[in-house]
Amino acid sequence: MKRYGDWKVETKQAAQAWLFLAVPIVFFTVIRFYPALDSFGIAFTEWNLLSPPKFVGFANFRRMIDDPVFWLSFRNTFLYLIIGTPVSLVISFVVAYYLDQVRFAHGLIRALYFIPYLTTTVAMAWVWRWFYQPPPIGLFNNMLNAIGLDALPFLRSTEQALPAVLAPAIWAGLGFQVVLFLAGLRAIPSSYYEAARIDGAGRGMILREITLPLLKPTMIFLVVISSIGFLRIFDQVYNMTDNGAGGPLNSTRPLVLNIYQTAFRSFEMGYAAAQTLVLFLILLVVSLVQLRLLRERA
Amino acid sequence: MSTPLNAPSAPRDPFVAASGVRTRPGLVVAWTLLMMGGIAMMVPLVYMVATSLKFPHEVYDLNIIPKEPTFENYIYIFKNTRFGLWFVNSLVTSTFVTISVLFFDSLIGYTLAKFKFRGREIVFIAILTTLMIPTEMLVVPWYIMAKNFGWLNSYWGIMFPGLMTGFGVFLMRQFFSGIPDDYIHAARVDGLGEFRIWWVVAMPLVAPALSALTIFTFLGNWTAFLWPLIATNDRGLYTMPVGLASFSGEYLTDWELIMAGATIATLPTLVVFLVFQRYIIRGVVLAGIKG
Repeated sequence: MKRYGDWKVETKQAAQAWLFLAVPIVFFTVIRFYPALDSFGIAFTEWNLLSPPKFVGFANFRRMIDDPVFWLSFRNTFLYLIIGTPVSLVISFVVAYYLDQVRFAHGLIRALYFIPYLTTTVAMAWVWRWFYQPPPIGLFNNMLNAIGLDALPFLRSTEQALPAVLAPAIWAGLGFQVVLFLAGLRAIPSSYYEAARIDGAGRGMILREITLPLLKPTMIFLVVISSIGFLRIFDQVYNMTDNGAGGPLNSTRPLVLNIYQTAFRSFEMGYAAAQTLVLFLILLVVSLVQLRLLRERA
Repeated sequence: MSTPLNAPSAPRDPFVAASGVRTRPGLVVAWTLLMMGGIAMMVPLVYMVATSLKFPHEVYDLNIIPKEPTFENYIYIFKNTRFGLWFVNSLVTSTFVTISVLFFDSLIGYTLAKFKFRGREIVFIAILTTLMIPTEMLVVPWYIMAKNFGWLNSYWGIMFPGLMTGFGVFLMRQFFSGIPDDYIHAARVDGLGEFRIWWVVAMPLVAPALSALTIFTFLGNWTAFLWPLIATNDRGLYTMPVGLASFSGEYLTDWELIMAGATIATLPTLVVFLVFQRYIIRGVVLAGIKG
């Protein structure tokens, strides 16, 4: 064994590197990889934490197929995604597109749109929950009444509750998207626009032929980030519905809330783990689609 | 994106449109609409603060300025609930996790960017893989782990899942890769130890990335809800969001109290924003693009 001082430079480097990585490797193994594999194992058991886990094969997955509440939460999750992503991206693009052309009070307007992104979701969920209360309590219904319109049931209706819960999620995420769109717009060289104008292109044509195609990377990124966000929605629903149950009649309950209820209210760890695998699969597909799209760009 | 060779590459003023269009009548309309939209964005925050300063009998009025402003709601909250404690719990756990993430993620990122050793790629890919594993998939095993080790209802139990992040490692590796190796070689020639080279030479060079990581990590932990909700059922150990949720559920119809609680939970991050606005927006863009 040679003394450390006599080691080759490469060996010293490798030793240093592994020394720096020792604690992180333990962390990522024990806190990330092991639990991830563990949840695959738990998904095939019946386990209430009181008695030892019992292997039940695919029973949890068969139960899922026949479970109407699971399917409802599955459907709701996709409704959040399918409504939330396009609505928030269209609004934030329009805001960013015009804000990019505006100089007066540019920073102030940008800040107004961005501030909600820094709020605590739980706190805002309660503010919005108050807004949605029936008259004479809720702000929205008081405003509707003030301009002579009828009150709306919002959170009390199985049809309106889901969009009502989604609204604060879109509201809070808008600023992030606006800021990234602005950065994307700024990255487009002005010479492209000048050339287009010399060639006589109108504003609509410049938007279609230059701005939108060059913003594609930003768009892909934002579509993926916001899709993942809506697929994982939980805080708003838990705080805006009675007892955090995702009501009325489970009409707002997303997958993550169903997992939470199964695991930590009913203490059915196996069934909950099986549902997390479904969520994992969905998110994996979204991530792979992203990789595919990004590669096409390159 | 590449710029054509003959393009005039004058740095663009961030506040001027790329299209160069300045004043046209349509823009005045656009500005007005943008401003109205921006003000509408503030409605929840404005009414939250306004209502927290109102007496119960005024809560359902639409006026923003309270006729008789009062701090009664805040006084009630601090006298009768454990908001002060929840605030401290959130502050301590968020700060500790942020420090840990800054230290470890940048150390890992630096090691993966600047050391040459066999197995480097494997470690990097393994850590990247963890980005694919959603928190929701891990909460059940984490809960069981925390229960077995007696970590439930403790600061450690709230903090342990987030002490290092794949996102931060990726971000920091990107930035450390951009530092010229010469700096590090020079420091080695001067006889600095590897740890000191990282800390004294390399770290200051990636300050923008560190500030972006600080913002994201602190904000993420300050607002985190799902895991703290699972990891604690002792009211004394709730974080701010969990405490607020439980408090609001209990005082369900006392909206002025709930608004005061929501204000206490929200205001700190907003104040920080107003102070560091430019850095925060730059950090978000930086992390969004590189991350």
